[in-house]
Amino acid sequence: MGIKGMKYEEFKDNESLELLRKSGANVFLTTIDDVINWGRKSSLWPLTFATSCCGIEMMATGAPRHDFARFGMEVYRASPRQADVIVVAGTIVKKMAPVLKRLYDQMSEPKYIVAMGACAVSGGPFAELSYSVVNGVDLILPVDVYIPGCPPRPEALLYGMLQLQRKIETENIKSRRKRSAEHTTK
Amino acid sequence: MEEQVLNTAINEDEPYLINMGPQHPSTHGVLRLVVSLKGETVKNVVPHIGYIHRGIEKMCESLTYPQIIHLTDRMDYLSAHINNEAVCLNVEKALEIEIPERVKVIRTIMAELTRIQSHQLFWASYGMDLGGQTCYFYGLRDREKVLDIFEETTGGRMIVSYSCPGGLMYDIHPNFQKRVNDFIKYFRSILWEYDAILTGNVIFRERTIGIGKLSLEDAVSYGVTGPSGRASGFSCDIRKHDPYSAYDRVKFNEVLFTEGDTYHRYLARIEEMKESMNIIEQLIDNIPEGPYTVKMKPVLKLPEGEYFQKVETARGELDVFIVSDGNKYPFRMKFRSPNFVNLGVLNHISKEFKIADLVAIAGSLDFVIPDIDR
Repeated sequence: MGIKGMKYEEFKDNESLELLRKSGANVFLTTIDDVINWGRKSSLWPLTFATSCCGIEMMATGAPRHDFARFGMEVYRASPRQADVIVVAGTIVKKMAPVLKRLYDQMSEPKYIVAMGACAVSGGPFAELSYSVVNGVDLILPVDVYIPGCPPRPEALLYGMLQLQRKIETENIKSRRKRSAEHTTK
Repeated sequence: MEEQVLNTAINEDEPYLINMGPQHPSTHGVLRLVVSLKGETVKNVVPHIGYIHRGIEKMCESLTYPQIIHLTDRMDYLSAHINNEAVCLNVEKALEIEIPERVKVIRTIMAELTRIQSHQLFWASYGMDLGGQTCYFYGLRDREKVLDIFEETTGGRMIVSYSCPGGLMYDIHPNFQKRVNDFIKYFRSILWEYDAILTGNVIFRERTIGIGKLSLEDAVSYGVTGPSGRASGFSCDIRKHDPYSAYDRVKFNEVLFTEGDTYHRYLARIEEMKESMNIIEQLIDNIPEGPYTVKMKPVLKLPEGEYFQKVETARGELDVFIVSDGNKYPFRMKFRSPNFVNLGVLNHISKEFKIADLVAIAGSLDFVIPDIDR
């Protein structure tokens, strides 16, 4: 059972996730993977990167009402070298795309991308008519989690980040290495 | 351009160029500032914009008027309702529609709530820019209460899309009046905390008083509007001078200072929150009964001509200019966004100050970058 074959509902189900982890991992490395994944998922530090309205909802998620910090994501890092995940919050236009790509390249492994909001997922309200908008950040970067909404509620962002944590839980050394080899820019 | 900036030789006489942005936490988005430094002193600031240019004005030319409303939300997203209102007022003026009193009052209340939440966010992020993390928590704690009111009535937290040509999308929620009253009561009782944390803070005052002075003449000639302009004594409040919606029937003071420094730009926003609460209090208990929208034709065609409307957003004067050729789409749509014009003054007022002060000055102008680029 691989992560690609999983149904949407199964992500909510801890048993299927457990099964996924067991089936994908080497027996001897399982425990080490467990520890590494636990460490990685519990301190995901996002980059302070926001281009438009979604950024304000991202701020609201960090604020007392929703409190990002419960899940180990409290520290927004301004430098890509210290961050683990870019939450692409907002529209990416053609002028910004090379900058975002560069930010991603500057991050150290393991690194993740969350596309937050309709603009980052698909171009959103600007997809068809605008001459300058990149129709989805997945055209330039490998996206791990998509969060729909314009802008998504803080609860949606929290759920998306929890999904990312679940995804990290299913990783092992082999899959990690494969993924980074696929996405490293030459 | 890029090469020229990055490959600057470090020479004693030549200014040292550094890039602030596009990804920089204190530019509040994706603004890029190329700063010329001599030691630590700022000699020149060149803003580079366009990192979030989505071509909204061009998009408007292929959208109908009710559709345009939803794009204006995404320009200055902290004044989303006021942006909607500007387009609606313009379209209504062009079609010569009489708007029910109820709509006018509700729009005004929503606009003032929008202004309050925008200034709360300003306060929160400005404190954070200058090193006070606590402000962020306090400001956003209160902002959530306004967003709750929005959400109950409009369904959206920040992007409300509540106005439409001819009135409102839906009527207010039955709880609206009670919740707004509760909020005003709560916020009045808690506003002293804002002063206690930031306004009276010694470090904050040291970093802001006398920094980035903008004289009245310069404010007028650069066209700096909103709280930033009023801090310099430029009486530019559209609500006062050219009242729209229900502003002609409420009493409020235009917040004016003469000093024009960073501290007073900050203070103007704190005072405006109090004025906004005054306006809401005068209106909230007697919202007139009546329809919340007038019946409109399914397809709106503006008569041929040019139409202009200005409103006061939380950041200054927003002008909407429509050229219509009698079609259901505008021939040309132009927004004069306050942030774009306010950005123009940044170089002028931050010269000869330290690089750390540049953050304070840029923060006090309260930029929303998608409004600059559109």
